[in-house]
Amino acid sequence: MPGLMARLSLIFKAKFSKALDRAENPNETLDYSYEEQLRQLQNVKRGIADVTTAKKRLELQYTSMQQQVDKLDGQARDALKANREDLAREALTRKAAVQGQLDGIMQQGQQLEAQQSKLVEGERTLQAKVEAFRTQKEVIKAQYSAAEAQVRIGEAATGIGEQMADVGLAVQRAKDKTEQMQARANAIDELTASGALTDLTSSGDDIDRQLAQISQGGQVDDELAKMKAELGGGDAPKAIEGEEAK
Amino acid sequence: MIVRLLGEGQFRVDDALIGRLNELDAEVEKAVAAGDERALWTGLQALADAVRESGVKLADDDLSPSDAVIPPEDLSLEEAQELLQDEGFIPDVPVAS
Repeated sequence: MPGLMARLSLIFKAKFSKALDRAENPNETLDYSYEEQLRQLQNVKRGIADVTTAKKRLELQYTSMQQQVDKLDGQARDALKANREDLAREALTRKAAVQGQLDGIMQQGQQLEAQQSKLVEGERTLQAKVEAFRTQKEVIKAQYSAAEAQVRIGEAATGIGEQMADVGLAVQRAKDKTEQMQARANAIDELTASGALTDLTSSGDDIDRQLAQISQGGQVDDELAKMKAELGGGDAPKAIEGEEAK
Repeated sequence: MIVRLLGEGQFRVDDALIGRLNELDAEVEKAVAAGDERALWTGLQALADAVRESGVKLADDDLSPSDAVIPPEDLSLEEAQELLQDEGFIPDVPVAS
């Protein structure tokens, strides 16, 4: 089995050799190809615009998730003040879960950022190639015999088709990335949907099970101890129970 | 020889580089077979770096087709497997919803 590079070259060649077979009347083919290129260029632009919109939406969601983290932190503090360590623990567990998803989204966001700037560059290149094709097709029409024109059209159309497929793939990948980020954001929404701490006492619901699967026990213990120390002056993070000195 | 780095553009490289690229390509393939995403990324990056280092970028309005095509450096294992199984990794036309 050929490697990835070889395999990809084969796929590209197979894809564009089909396009060449269709070239019967060179002049007609040239004009048709050009129109088709313009149409696909518009598709690419729309695809890039979609990615930009999805990314903006995610940025807004990110801000509101950050607020959720702050809110859960505040709830944990309030619960501790009211001597409800169980609730404080639950809130901090949720906070850790939300924070974990947020970090994942941030990382994917950085990858998306990089993909996005390449997309814009790819679109610019595509535009330049389509423009070059427009000029070249008139030269081909005017100067070459049908047989020669056939060969030249074939080359030029393949070159453009390649760029088109390249940018098309990049658009698709960027879209997939935004969908993955969206899925993470939705997971956070589910985690925080019930929001209020009163809901946390109900046992065995979906959220509780999700939280139970996430083993951030140590982190939560540490944070609980820290919070207690801040609030009550007590310390000894290992002995949380029975340290209500005041 | 003209090589396309997907997502980045086309480069003209010396034919002498073909052997090296094929070696790296074989390593990438091994990484996919072993299900090792780290090794896959390292391999793809080595491929792309080799092209960038010794290649000259083609002008935007150059219409030449490529002789070789190299996948993006952040290709996931899943995408690589799709690619090797030819399950339509390359879309027919650019996608817009």
